[in-house]
Amino acid sequence: MIEPIKPSRRKNPLLRTRLPASPPRPRSRMSHGFTRAAAEGRFMLQRCEACGAFAYPAREACPSCLSAGLAFVDAPRRGVLLAETTARVPSDVYFRERAPWRIGLIKMDCGPTIVAHLHADCAEGAAVRMSLQLDKSGQAVAFAHPEAETPNMADDRQWREMTADPKFRRALVTNGRSVIGQEAVAALKAAGAKTVFVGIAEPWRPFAGEERLRGQDGIEIVTLDAADEKSATDVAADIGGKVDILVNTTEYVRPGGLLDRRGTSIARDEIDQAYLGFINLAQAFGPAMRTRGADGINSSAAWVNILSVYALANWPAFGAYSASQAACLSLSHCLRAELRPGGVRVMNLFTGPADTEWFQTVPPPKVAPRVIAQAIVSGLRNGLEEMYVGDVAEEIRQRLAANPKALERELDR
Amino acid sequence: MQSKGLLELASAISSGAVRVVDLTFTLSPDFPVIVLPPEFGQAAPVRIQEISRYDGRGPAWYWNNVTFGEHTGTHFDAPIHWFTGKNLPNNAVDTMPAKDMIAPACVIDCSVQAAQDPDFLLTVPIVEAWEARHGRIPQRNWVLLRTDWSKKGWRDYSNLGDDGAHTPGPNPAVMKWLVEERGVIGFGTETIGTDAGQAGHFEPPYPAHHFLHGAGRYGLQCLCNLDQLPATGVVIVASPLKIQNGSGSPLRVIALVSST
Repeated sequence: MIEPIKPSRRKNPLLRTRLPASPPRPRSRMSHGFTRAAAEGRFMLQRCEACGAFAYPAREACPSCLSAGLAFVDAPRRGVLLAETTARVPSDVYFRERAPWRIGLIKMDCGPTIVAHLHADCAEGAAVRMSLQLDKSGQAVAFAHPEAETPNMADDRQWREMTADPKFRRALVTNGRSVIGQEAVAALKAAGAKTVFVGIAEPWRPFAGEERLRGQDGIEIVTLDAADEKSATDVAADIGGKVDILVNTTEYVRPGGLLDRRGTSIARDEIDQAYLGFINLAQAFGPAMRTRGADGINSSAAWVNILSVYALANWPAFGAYSASQAACLSLSHCLRAELRPGGVRVMNLFTGPADTEWFQTVPPPKVAPRVIAQAIVSGLRNGLEEMYVGDVAEEIRQRLAANPKALERELDR
Repeated sequence: MQSKGLLELASAISSGAVRVVDLTFTLSPDFPVIVLPPEFGQAAPVRIQEISRYDGRGPAWYWNNVTFGEHTGTHFDAPIHWFTGKNLPNNAVDTMPAKDMIAPACVIDCSVQAAQDPDFLLTVPIVEAWEARHGRIPQRNWVLLRTDWSKKGWRDYSNLGDDGAHTPGPNPAVMKWLVEERGVIGFGTETIGTDAGQAGHFEPPYPAHHFLHGAGRYGLQCLCNLDQLPATGVVIVASPLKIQNGSGSPLRVIALVSST
């Protein structure tokens, strides 16, 4: 049974903040099949296309029949914990700081035996449910959960290393003027975030939902215009050391592509808000987040981007917007690499058109802002890196994987 | 003016006998800009980006890249800004006569009325009452509308409601009258825009823009410190940036006021 975690006390200013260490990073190229699965919250194993046997760890050829046709497929998650061991004085710095650390051998119902990190409620001989997680190095590891729900399950010490649970953490929602931003604030609060800072640009402009944001316990409004370098720097000077989760809710959607627009002023705004805003936020908040990756219960944990799924494939009706999103997607990979030494995750949510004013004339299905907000929390709780929210996003992802050219032609309508 | 008089002016400025009042807000990203419906093109906000600050990017020097729309901060409107002035000669900030950048001003204090009514409108009778006390507005003078609006916090300053901005300005009749009957060189306000916040609903819409620019006259807005000016005896120096075919520009507006 897990003891519930307690909110952090204020820090002792006489103590040095513990620097983040990273668990071992090397993986074979083939093993990154697990990385992809873990990023999306799927449980995949290699399965032989010839004999149907599952394999683990990642291999070049099937251990049963030597066939080279080993594709990663979704696999059954159930197994039994054969044996466990507790590492008390590991030689690796990351694990030594977190010792004792429990690992175990799981005999999967589908065949292979897997070495996995153990949830504290996993007992020898009992059934477990497996998942693939990204550890603080951003690499895939196997994690065994008890088969049924147990009390305070999410507070497990080893599990929290794999996630970015908002509980007791402090989050910054960078743009609280939008419906999505406001829903994100509510969802993070409901998930137990200690404080949610909410960025409001140009506070002289009134906005819908303002009354509800103001005067709520645990919600602090800060004047933040992410597109303005100085504004981002100033806010970070005040609260940069208190932002454990940053949710980038910048939203600047304008219809149009190239030929039917005149000039570059809208495109500049798109770049200014989405791309340069991202850079300003990263430069202002990133360094402190990277340093605070092991700073106790409320260590810095994650950076969340909400991106259009059309970052992956241009939708000419919103062509310039798609391009600005593609730029942000590329930047997010750079940020992920740069935050990695701090153990801070970068999670990208890909969404189709949301049910917001700028997609007013776009026919359904559209994603409700609340669904996006709930996905953020769920992704943080499960330590994901990529999420596809809503039917359109999922469909684009599948069509892109199937045939990018077909998707390109079909988006040109 | 003989050169002697000009030098006397310089020494009067230096000695303080002529006061120099800065009527300009600091050009900064926080300053409110005009709000148009989002489907229209928008004024680029003021952005200040460091190039270097005595650091690795430039060890001995500090400088910035600055971007802004022509109509941000304390700024000047040239006739070409409005459709009524689009065909006038020398109607842009780069071609307007340099001598128009220095002119006397009459300051009409409506701060009491504006404090009571954010939609306060300047009318002909108010200006006539002002003239009864201070004399007729001479030709080629600026008329500056003092409302003390510049002393407000930014939210009250822009004062946006769900039916648009509520800020004081001139009504159509007084604008036409000032331009045609008084031959003003321009009209200046403390608010965002020479027109009232609700002026889009006037006939014609945006009368200050309509009449001023249609007659080749100028606008100044987002002025401050008008409370430090007397009603008459003020000279305004307002020289916009020489932007090629520019419709306006942020600028430093200064007023020269005799101390005696």
